[in-house]
This record gives sequence, C-alpha cells and structure tokens, in this order.
Amino acid sequence: MRIRTLVLAAMTGAVGLAAAAQVPAQAQNDQFFPMLVYRTGPYAPSGIPVANGFRDYYTMINERDGGINGVKITFEECETEYNTKLGVECYEKLKNKGSTGATLINPFSTGITYQLIPKASVDQVPILSMGYGRTAAADGRYFPWVFNFPTTYWSQASAFVSYVGQQEGGMDKLKGKKIAHVFHNSAYGKEANPTLEALAAKYGFEFTGLAVDHPGQEQKATWLQVRRLKPDWIFMSGWGVMNQVAIKEAAAINYPMDHFVGNWWSGSEADVIPAGDGSKGYKSAAFHGAGTGWQVHKDILKYVYGGDEAKAKANNMGEVLYNRTVVNAMFGVEAVRTAQAKFGNKAMTGEQVRWGLENFDLTEARLKELGMEGFTRPVKVSCEDHETGGPIVIQQWDGKTWNVASDWISPIREVVRPMVVAAAEAYAKENNITAQSCN
Amino acid sequence: MLYNFLIAPFLDMAGSPVFFAEVVISGLLTGVMYSLVALGFVLIFKASGVFNFAQGVMVLFAALTLVGLMERGVPVWLALILTVAVMTALAFAIERIMLRHLVNQEGIILFMATIGLSYVLQGLGETLWGSNVKRLDVGIPNASFEIGGILLNEFDLFAAASGAVLVTVLAVFFHYTRIGRALRAVADDHQAALSVGIPLKHIWIIVWSVAGVVGLVAGIMWGAKSGVQFSLSLIALKALPVLILGGFTSVPGAIVGGLIIGVGEKVAEIYWGPLVGGAIETWFAYMLALAFLVFRPQGLFGERIIERV
Repeated sequence: MRIRTLVLAAMTGAVGLAAAAQVPAQAQNDQFFPMLVYRTGPYAPSGIPVANGFRDYYTMINERDGGINGVKITFEECETEYNTKLGVECYEKLKNKGSTGATLINPFSTGITYQLIPKASVDQVPILSMGYGRTAAADGRYFPWVFNFPTTYWSQASAFVSYVGQQEGGMDKLKGKKIAHVFHNSAYGKEANPTLEALAAKYGFEFTGLAVDHPGQEQKATWLQVRRLKPDWIFMSGWGVMNQVAIKEAAAINYPMDHFVGNWWSGSEADVIPAGDGSKGYKSAAFHGAGTGWQVHKDILKYVYGGDEAKAKANNMGEVLYNRTVVNAMFGVEAVRTAQAKFGNKAMTGEQVRWGLENFDLTEARLKELGMEGFTRPVKVSCEDHETGGPIVIQQWDGKTWNVASDWISPIREVVRPMVVAAAEAYAKENNITAQSCN
Repeated sequence: MLYNFLIAPFLDMAGSPVFFAEVVISGLLTGVMYSLVALGFVLIFKASGVFNFAQGVMVLFAALTLVGLMERGVPVWLALILTVAVMTALAFAIERIMLRHLVNQEGIILFMATIGLSYVLQGLGETLWGSNVKRLDVGIPNASFEIGGILLNEFDLFAAASGAVLVTVLAVFFHYTRIGRALRAVADDHQAALSVGIPLKHIWIIVWSVAGVVGLVAGIMWGAKSGVQFSLSLIALKALPVLILGGFTSVPGAIVGGLIIGVGEKVAEIYWGPLVGGAIETWFAYMLALAFLVFRPQGLFGERIIERV
C-alpha cells in the first residue's frame, strides 16, 4: 500500500512538473500567443512541424532579441487534434491568458476559423488565418477582426489556372482543356470550387470536381473517374492522409505527375515521402521558400538548438510546413511591432494588434533585416483588403527535396476580388453586419 | 431526374463495358482489403463475443512496430518475426491485465474495456514510434499493367491473394481443428466452456495473438498505400459495414461482405455519385449494410441466435 501511494505521489508530481515545464512562465508584461496545435490524432504528421515552427520562432525572438522591443513572448500549446470542437474549447481556455490576453489567434484549421469568426470581434482577439479559413474575410470592411494575407484559396486557385495557362502557352490555349479538382469533402476542400467554375466559364476549359470523403484512406473510385475523364491537369485540395493516398493512386494509374498540382496544404514532405519514387515530379503551390537556406534558419539553429543540426532536423526545421509557420509566426510578431510603433513598446492588447495587422507593411528591406529575403514576399495590408492578393510559387518534388519550379505567379484579381466582395456582402447581409468605415 | 437516376447509369455501364469491368474488379480488390480488417474483428468476436473496438488501433500498432523496427536497421524478415512476437506479447498482456478480470461479464463491459485499450495502444504506439508518417516498403511489387484495357496493379493483386490465403487458413482452422472448436465454445458461453475443461486463458491469448497477426497483415497492406500513420486506425470504420453485412461470427462472411461492399460502393460512387455531388461511397456502404440488416439481422453468414425468454 505504501509503495502504491509513493508511486502515485511520484507520478502526480511528475505530471505537475511536466506541465509546469511546458508552459513558459508568464511575466507581468508579456505578449501572449495562444497556440492551437495538433500533435496527436489523424493529422499529427502535418500538425507537428506546424507547432514546432511557431514554437521555435517565438523562442528565437526571445533568445536573440529579448522579445519584441523588450516585451517577452509567452505562449502555450493547446491540443485540438484538428477537431473543431476541441479547437473552440482551446480558444476559450487561452483567450484571456497573458498580461493583455491573447495577442491574436492562428486557428490553423478552416473549420475552427469558421467557428471563431463570430467570437473574435466580441472577444477582441484578431484572427490570422494565413492562407486558409473563410476567403470572404479578405474584405476587411465586413471582417475587421479577420486577416487572411498573404493570399487565399480563391486567389491560389486562380494562380493555378494562370500557371496552367503559362505551361500550355497562353491563357487562350486553355479552351477545351480538362481540369479536375480532387478535393477533401469539407468546407476547406470546397473553397476553390466557385473560383474554378468562374474561371472555366471565362477561359473555356472543362472543370470537374471530384470529392473525397474524410479521411481519404480509400480513393479508388476517385482515381477510376480520373482514368475515365483523362484530365489534362489536376488540382488538389487535400489534407492529411488524403494527400499521400492521392499521390500514390495517381502514380498507380500512371498519371503524369508534373500535371498534378496540390494546393499549399497538399505539398509537404509527409505528403510525398510515403509514395516513394511514384511522387517524383508532383507539384504544389507555396508562398514561401523550401529548405534551410535563409538567415532566419541559422538564427533558429543557433538560438533554439545551440547549433545542434540533428536536433533541429528532428524538429522539422526546413520542412515545408515548418517554414510556413515560421512565416506565420513572423507575421504575428511584426504585427505586434507595427502596433508598438503607434502605441508604445509595451504588451499590446488584441485591439491594438488588430490595428497593427490592418496597417501591416512588410517591405523587402524589412524581410532582409529579418533574415527572410527571398523566403517570402512583401505584404501590405489595408482596411479594405485583408488578403493583399500576394503571388504564389509552384514547387516540385524531385524525390528528395522540394524545388522552386516557377516564378511568382499573380492571382487573377479581376475575377477573384469581385467574388470576394460579393461573398462578404452576402455574409454581412445574412448576419446583419454593418461595414466598418475605411476612410 | 428519374432518367438520370434510374436509366442513365445503366446505359453508361452498357456503353463502356470495359470500364465497368475495371470498376467491378477494382471494387473486388478493395473489398479484399476491407475484409483483411474485418477479419480481426470476426476472430475476436467469434472467440469471446467481444466487439473489439481496439482492432483498428491494433492494425496501426502492428504496422508502427514493423516500420519502427525497419527504420532502426532491422531486416524486413526479422522485423516481421519481431512484430509477430510483439503482438503475441501484447495478447498475453491483454489477457493478464484486462480480460482475466472480466470473465463472464456482460458483453458491453468487455466492449468498454476495448475502448480503453484502444486509447492505451494509440498512446503507447505514438510514444514509442512517434506520430510522423512513415514510409512502409516491404518489397511488394507496385507496378501497374493493362489487360484488355483494364488497368491492374501488382500490389492490389498481391493484397487480394494474401487476403484469400488468410481467410482460407482461418476458415479451416476454425472448422477443423480442436482449438478452433474450443474457440467457438468459448464464444458461446465462458462458464460452460470452463466447466468442460477448455482453458479459457489460453484460448484468449491464441485468438488475440492471431487477431494481432491479421492486424499486421492489414497494416502492411494499408500502410504501404498511405504510409504508416494514425489514420490507419480509422480503416476500422471501413470494416464495420462489412461486418454488418457478412455477420460478426463468420470468416467467409467477412470476405463475401468485403467484396459486396467494395463493388457496391465503387459502382455507386462512379455511376450515381456525380448526380449528388460525389463522395457517397462511405455512407453508401453503411446504407447497403443496413438494407441487408432489414432482411437478415444476423448478416449473410452470421449465426442466428434464438433465446428463450
């Protein structure tokens, strides 16, 4: 009995210590970043590099710069398993932590973003859904608390069509071509469909949508349809195991992999490695560089891992999703810095950070100072435009690494922006939202 | 509208018979893969009357162990032997820690225990081997080739052959061996089986070990397609309609159920799916199974239980 009591006491103590060690101490004047992560569950292979990227960038800023203009960053992870219900619970748990509450929230899930949009303005916590979430939120007049720069699903889909046009020798060559969209049968997966339909009408290509049910472990029917349809190009909006199986199935039907392009959630190392040599030539969209060739990686290696490259690699440094969250974390930190320039070098509230996001101006010169020159593109947000319509780049897998395979490609703004505005106005009407003044 | 649902799909099938044949063959091959997962459920249900909620996680755990050992430089053949040993040790542990204390309890109690087991195994697997996607390559050929305009894949054929061999061996084992008969006796009544001298503990260890090995085969086949990762455990959801249709207690039922579900969902998805926006195969499989339930509640090959009240 005594031994049992001792073991129980030791275990309780160990759990307590582990919890204490995981949560950085909260200072009186700290800038708190909540982290909704999914290190477990079916999407863990994608969630782990995402969580590590955020953690490492925040840690590096503290270690290298002593925080943001002297204000230490604190952060806390909350496990969502990519489950919308758990994500909302995590948000509620973390939104009031830190000396000024949550700085902003990166939901890293379109489903969670949809649920948080109505809450954000009430709680005054800005949402930064970088390249995901509700595309209509790009209209800042109706979504003052939501930011989805540098680009959205709709812009991405249009840039993909531009890319196909380039590859085919001009946009006029799209007429009569067949383009299929293999998509995760969810709010996220369906996002690109209206854009692709509109562009099909404009350029005369034949568009077919092929839905894949969650989780996407079995897709034979989808790829039989592809075999019959014989599309010239395939665009994929997948996530998790759906990506790995789709790439493997495409290879199994001998589909030309260089005509198979994933969106930016369908192009990480975890997506292509299980398919082995079959994935060679597969492409995907991105809005940042791949690998570790930038100063920011050197700084993370030095200040977070003490120069231990093996440890940094084991923590996904340089992988596509890791790099994406380094960019995401940088956007958040720079938004705080922008706000501090107006409100003073102290911990910013959610409302002040919202101002920082709306006046965000990341120039080429600033990217150079941050050690990210060429890693991503400059971004300038405005009150009306929370997306900024940034360009994308196409990367290609060579069997070992991702390599840049295109120049920066601009979205077809003349098609996408009116759709964004129309969708935002419809949402506002449905929810009785009055536009904020942007004058 | 009615034309689109009731006539056009059949005209489509008749208009492209080669493609229709490819759809059916693809469905049959996929069905065998479902059967591989369903078999694990059937084995344990047959021997203990327990619906093993943890079967999907056992598939994952077995595949994770195999690929984890291979990543550490263990040759494939040795990794396979070691994984079988691990699954057998796991069966010992499950009997010793969980089942022994639940002899003669209600089925629902045992079912709840397997829910707990699934969480333990999932956590243990991720703790030991990590959550990243792992590539699994045990050397099964994967080239595609065409015969008469029908595309076939060597891997799918290999998986189907493996499934057929497993089913045959297990069916013979259950029907013609002493242990097989003992397994069926245990399933009928724990206490009665004990009273006639059947060693319940040994039987449970054997059946959980065999279910672990079947899980390993399923894990290899599915893991080689998608990489070994957590979502491998979700293929259990694909096995449920197979079990409902084939019967929870029949090994041949698992394979026939798998084939019907495999073909049914592929044909439905391709010929009727586009009419309703696609992605109907998951729910269609359940609808098909439910339709069978109306006429045969015990499934196609399940045992009809008649109880005095």
